[in-house]
Amino acid sequence: MKAASMNVHPSLAIGQPIEKLDAILPAATAPAAMVRFEGISKTYPAYRGKPGVNALRNIDFAIPRGSITGVIGRSGAGKSSLVRLINGLERPTTGRVVVDNRDISALAGRDLRLAQRSIGMIFQHFNLLSSRTAAANIALPLEIAGWAKADIRARVAELLTLVGIGDKHDRYPSELSGGQKQRVGIARALATRPSVLLSDEATSALDPQTTRAILDLLANINRELGVTIVLITHEMSVVRQLAGDVVVLDAGRVVESGHVADIFTHPKHPITQSFLAEAIGDSLPVSLASRIVSEPPAAGQAVIRVQVRGAGAGDTLVARLARELGLDVSLLSARIDEIGGQHVGSLTLGIPLGMSSGEDATTRTLAWLSQSQFPAERLGYVA
Amino acid sequence: MSPELINLIVQATGESLYMVGLAALIGTAFGLPLGVFLATSRKGELFAAPVVNRVLGIVVNATRSTPFIILVVAIIPFTRLVAGTSIGSTAAIVPLTIASAPFIARLVEAAIREVDGGLIETASSFGASPMQIVLKVLIPEALPGLLLALTLAVVSLLGYSAMVGAVGGGGLGDLGIRYGYQRFMPEMMLAVVVVLIALVQLVQSAGDYLARRVNRRLRHR
Repeated sequence: MKAASMNVHPSLAIGQPIEKLDAILPAATAPAAMVRFEGISKTYPAYRGKPGVNALRNIDFAIPRGSITGVIGRSGAGKSSLVRLINGLERPTTGRVVVDNRDISALAGRDLRLAQRSIGMIFQHFNLLSSRTAAANIALPLEIAGWAKADIRARVAELLTLVGIGDKHDRYPSELSGGQKQRVGIARALATRPSVLLSDEATSALDPQTTRAILDLLANINRELGVTIVLITHEMSVVRQLAGDVVVLDAGRVVESGHVADIFTHPKHPITQSFLAEAIGDSLPVSLASRIVSEPPAAGQAVIRVQVRGAGAGDTLVARLARELGLDVSLLSARIDEIGGQHVGSLTLGIPLGMSSGEDATTRTLAWLSQSQFPAERLGYVA
Repeated sequence: MSPELINLIVQATGESLYMVGLAALIGTAFGLPLGVFLATSRKGELFAAPVVNRVLGIVVNATRSTPFIILVVAIIPFTRLVAGTSIGSTAAIVPLTIASAPFIARLVEAAIREVDGGLIETASSFGASPMQIVLKVLIPEALPGLLLALTLAVVSLLGYSAMVGAVGGGGLGDLGIRYGYQRFMPEMMLAVVVVLIALVQLVQSAGDYLARRVNRRLRHR
């Protein structure tokens, strides 16, 4: 984690002085981190002929209070283990997990169960009890916490309204759509007024439109209730839409962490780059890709791909290139997205073959782009 | 058929219902907790106790593999200890219970194991104790399966109860053997069989109905 090559945002680094953290966090938020992983590793021992697995290794990072932090990784990266350490469903092999200034990994039995009431969790497959109505599902954690019946009734009504399904009070899960089920799941997770909400692939089983609605709901909850949200996901789009901070996990290690805008405008690790590529779709249109050749034809264009990163970075690129180099630059394909307020994407340009001011036009273009801090590469040529 | 014979059938039906009813009740009282424990005590489960689980499993299997008629005779001293006598309907309840409890336990175990493991994790995630998980999650979620298991147990008990005539337990099966078979009264045999078929049909339909009523999994508007 301390390795120099990693992109570590100060708010996520361990051992930073508190004053420094306060500079990034909203004022008056006492001890900075809501969740802190300290020297965590998790090993599953060999069992019945299956070899042991190092699910997590040397995990050290903090999740800021009130933030929405995305934990992204491929399947098997250790995301599920990581999130289950936060609410004590799993225990670390080494290290400790501090949640709201309490070492959750040292708690057991009744103490652990009490602490778990301040940590809500939602699941990919909703995990609602089929034998209970929406209202009764939401009431379950309150019954377990020993609330009085009248208090439960009032709280459940409040929660159903909060998640926007006030009319589904008496519906059984089998009568609800996927999105409605997840709303019940969210209401249930929030019932005991937790300070942290864990989301384990909560939108992975939903269609894109419903996903957006659920993510909006989570954003509202974070804004209005101040609940810290930890999102486990393998989908870049989820992190992009909702998270302010991101932790990239690969093979049980944190490979990058920091603000979403920083990480995804300047991705360093190949895994991060591949997630980004998925999100912004940097593949060429088929009709163009099939025409690209590696040797320059007699007449035609060189195909150059330019990476665009940063606020408003690509806005005037094509115009400036055409004006300053006097070239008839053509735009072959482009995809620019916004991540955390920053533009991220790529432009594929066609540069006419031939000379420009006594130099090869393509060479000149690449030099100009490199000078202007735009990473660029020549993909080939089209006739 | 003479009124006396009809009286006999009515009386035997009463005895059968008495024996089967009580045996099912007491068998469930033992079998349900035993089944829940068997379903939750393997390595890594809620009440993890793998050795106890293994031993109980062997005991359950041993009881279930003993032919019922042998069980009835073999435990006569125990029956006398519990019921005060080894003869009659009340005494017959003892072997019926001992045979049904392990059977019910296995059925309960299967029904509880059907409950999605994710629900146990979910309940744990909001701080439910193992006991709360059993009472608020596992049993309510397995209820349709549990009701069908109980139905199956009652039907099997009706069959078993035919054998307790050997210790003077009475009941429909006993009546069929003594009058229908030993006294060559085919109409008696037929009557007994018809009543038994009707009883089984009734129990099964009632069980199916209840299980369907509590099953919210597949119900759609």
